[in-house]
Amino acid sequence: MEFHSVLYDRPDYRTEIDGRPAPDYLPDLNLDQLRDALERGRAEYGLGPVFHAPLRTPAEVAYRQAIVRDLEDDAVRAAVERFAAGMRKAREHLALAGKLRERYQKRRWFLAAAAAYRDAVRDLAAGLGALEPRSAGLRGFRAHVAAHAAAEPFTAFAAAIDARYADLDSVAYTVHIKGPRVRVGRYDGEHDYGADVTATFGKFAQGTVDGVDNPTTVGGVGNPAEVKDYRAAFGEHADMNHVDAQVLALVARLFPEVFDALDAFCDRYAGLVDDTIGAFDREVRFYLAYLELIAPLKEAGLDFCYPEVAAGPGPVHADASFDLVLAHKPRRERAPVVTNGFRLDPPERVLVVTGPNQGGKTTFARMFGQLHHLAALGLPVPGASVRLRLPDRVFTHFEREEDAESPRGKLEDELVRVRAVLGEATEASVLVMNESFTSTTLHDALFLGTEILGRVTALGALCVYVTFVDELAALNDATVSMVAAITPGDPASRTFRIERRPADGLAYAAAIADTYGLSYEALKRRLAR
Amino acid sequence: MKVHLMHRDADFDPGAELPGHAETLAQDLGLRTLFDAMAARTDERDDYLYKIAVGAVMHPLTDADAIVYRQRILADCLDHPDLVRGLYDLAVEAVTGERGFYFGLFRDSPDAVMNRSVRLLDFLAVRLRKLRATADEHAAGFASGGFTRFFAMIAEELDDAYLAEVDAHLEELKFRRGSLISARLGPGNRGRDHVLRRQRRPRGLRDRLTLGERGTYGFTIADRDEAGIHALSDLRARGINDAANAVGQATDHIVAFFAALRAELAFYVGCLNLHDRLAAIGAPACLPEPVPSRRPVLTARGLYDMCLALHTGTPPVGNDLRADGRVLVMITGANSGGKSTLLRAIGLAQILTQAGMFAPAAELRTDLRDGVYTHFKREEDATMRSGKLDEELARMSAIADDIPPAGLLLCNESFASTNEREGSELARQIVHAMTDAGVKTVYVTHLYDLAHGLHTEDRADLLFLRAHRDPDGTRTYTLPEAEPLPTSHGADAFRRLFT
Repeated sequence: MEFHSVLYDRPDYRTEIDGRPAPDYLPDLNLDQLRDALERGRAEYGLGPVFHAPLRTPAEVAYRQAIVRDLEDDAVRAAVERFAAGMRKAREHLALAGKLRERYQKRRWFLAAAAAYRDAVRDLAAGLGALEPRSAGLRGFRAHVAAHAAAEPFTAFAAAIDARYADLDSVAYTVHIKGPRVRVGRYDGEHDYGADVTATFGKFAQGTVDGVDNPTTVGGVGNPAEVKDYRAAFGEHADMNHVDAQVLALVARLFPEVFDALDAFCDRYAGLVDDTIGAFDREVRFYLAYLELIAPLKEAGLDFCYPEVAAGPGPVHADASFDLVLAHKPRRERAPVVTNGFRLDPPERVLVVTGPNQGGKTTFARMFGQLHHLAALGLPVPGASVRLRLPDRVFTHFEREEDAESPRGKLEDELVRVRAVLGEATEASVLVMNESFTSTTLHDALFLGTEILGRVTALGALCVYVTFVDELAALNDATVSMVAAITPGDPASRTFRIERRPADGLAYAAAIADTYGLSYEALKRRLAR
Repeated sequence: MKVHLMHRDADFDPGAELPGHAETLAQDLGLRTLFDAMAARTDERDDYLYKIAVGAVMHPLTDADAIVYRQRILADCLDHPDLVRGLYDLAVEAVTGERGFYFGLFRDSPDAVMNRSVRLLDFLAVRLRKLRATADEHAAGFASGGFTRFFAMIAEELDDAYLAEVDAHLEELKFRRGSLISARLGPGNRGRDHVLRRQRRPRGLRDRLTLGERGTYGFTIADRDEAGIHALSDLRARGINDAANAVGQATDHIVAFFAALRAELAFYVGCLNLHDRLAAIGAPACLPEPVPSRRPVLTARGLYDMCLALHTGTPPVGNDLRADGRVLVMITGANSGGKSTLLRAIGLAQILTQAGMFAPAAELRTDLRDGVYTHFKREEDATMRSGKLDEELARMSAIADDIPPAGLLLCNESFASTNEREGSELARQIVHAMTDAGVKTVYVTHLYDLAHGLHTEDRADLLFLRAHRDPDGTRTYTLPEAEPLPTSHGADAFRRLFT
């Protein structure tokens, strides 16, 4: 079986990705932040378009899920990460070789790039060879890289690199400077004068320095006598001044055999990287970046799972899921992520969420939308168990800042956007509706909400519908009522539980002392340390 | 060489991070007045003394021996104030004088480092000799363990031979035959591992004829090639880098010693300043007795709020207090009856005792506490978004996060921002939890429900003080032991203000 890519199991896959723009719903679901987090520090991999392209068939999702499962294995991931680090290094060295002017500087950096690439490919072949990936994708790639690394062109290339390094490392020279006069010679065993000086003045270091690691130091910060390093940091800008260049040229004259061989190597191996191996490096980063991003959350005990995805209608659910973007943000200590779930068994199709402000309703709605997008990327999703329908499209309707340019009022603008969504959505779509008729009367909101939600349920699409109008929660047999409840005793937490129960408009007062952990029992526990 | 005048076996770290509640503590107890008095230098504030005063006072000692160690040194200082101030000035001169030795234009250049370090070493050697002379002349007059050890160390470590050795070696670093530097090829074929090498003496006639240049290639930088001259000195700089570093660090160690001396003496100079000021006001100061005890101890005669006395500049009215064995002191009674003043005095006494300083009292015995925490009523803050009660609860919760079981908690009208029943209930739960955990608590309150409820518990480890009002309507500022009364004395304040 021929290997194409770790993203798709077909040859023409780049047309899916190249130049793919972000879907409209990305910002509403805060998924643009997730994409940015994936891209941050990884600009060279071009991950954005991959993130913008949800898959359309369960088979495509399965191909990716299998690869990600393999990559969750520490050994597999470590092998790929070692390879990626090597490739990164090779790219940096090549870029430098391209920038510099001095001939033997350029050539030395080219040699370094060659060595980094060689080591990366060798490591990867050996690393994957010792492992048993289960996915078709990684098995296919493993075969490719093994064949490449064992073939003669590559092995000869590898041996030549070692020979050039051995030559260069053997060069040792001296520079004698007196006034403006410089002489360059071979190093001949002259004694280290700096070591003598250090030995002489080293005695000063006794007495006042030992406080640095003296554990009895009060405050624990250490003695004021931190040892300062006076050694100049000679800016290692890769470029050379003309004196250094002249010295290097004379060193080349002193060691002609070494530098002639370097010339020959660079001429022979001008083009370095195998196409398939290069593409793997970029594409596998999509999965690795995501796994890296969710690792601290898994560490913190949050569940991720590989969702079951169906092409057609049927029951769907998510257990112990959460808003990935919110969970990923740095949070204050002891503010655990509250997980939520849902279940829709036909004919149920719409989750109607009500409850107090700041109760986590919008977060729940985003979670619902995020799950569908992430699942369609073939990635593991937040949750202990998740089953979803692979949507044809995802639509969102969230409150916007008032558009001062618009001739219509805010309410009318909203209705225009809702109408557009309802016009394009199909029964296979997913809708995330964050209703916000806050500028209107309860009477109007009830009327508009009833009309809109009625159309949504008639459409047959899956939907989460956030509203402050309790009556909408029991509109018809397609709606399921979800209610935001305050988490007692945890004021720092702004992510609350969304429970399946009738909307009741209850007052959500919590005992205030308890909220601050200052009841007798709570405080006693806190002070017992 | 260790100064060790602040701690017997550890360095004093003036830069140590202040505890999280330091700001609140300083505000609630008015500690800035204290720090100002310690930092006073001919009518203006010495920022360094101020910083050291803060650092020392905010890092309490929790060991009675450590406190006595400081108290004895402080007693020496009070016996020899001019000598101690003189030593401090010498340390200041050495440390601040260091700044007068410039690196020159190219701060990072090893040449500049070498040049400056040699000159600085000369300067410091003079100060070391002065220090030595002081030790020789005056050590016998000091009685404390801390000063005795310090002066003995100076005599032993700073002998003349040490300085002479330094001079001899520095002479060699003048590079009369140029510099020979070895290197290898590093990344990008740039030179690396530059090492200054000892040059061989020319060996035979041939060496001398070729000037040792056989098998070498050379070039000369043209006179006008300024970039080339700069590049060459850069190359040479790499060669002498390590050697210059060694000399530079040697001077740092000496300066660091003087810096430590300055920091530790600054605390005692601050104490001398404070002592002078209190004497001028006519406020008493005693070396308190720190009692290593798990049982609460607090007995005072003439206890007063030192910061208030410093602020008003008038002799204080003292309180006597007998609170041994009491884990909770409830202070109730009339407005302006000295409740808050006594509360602050107790806090100050604890803090100053554990800084190794003199206490604001004629006599004081106290146990040692792992930190003093304050929960004082706040003025309304317009920018506050949460309610006042929320704010109070949040602050108490922050204290709960932090306070150790052997802490001291000072509450001033806490939970007065809600109705009495709710405030009392909140406070009761907190006070019980705190005292059960071992936190010594002093609580000034108007909440009768709270104070009365605690009083009916009839516990031997609770003490109730009441601000006193004489029958004629005037007040004295002594707070006798007395049970809480059901009414507050707002009426007289009203009468005073509205008649």
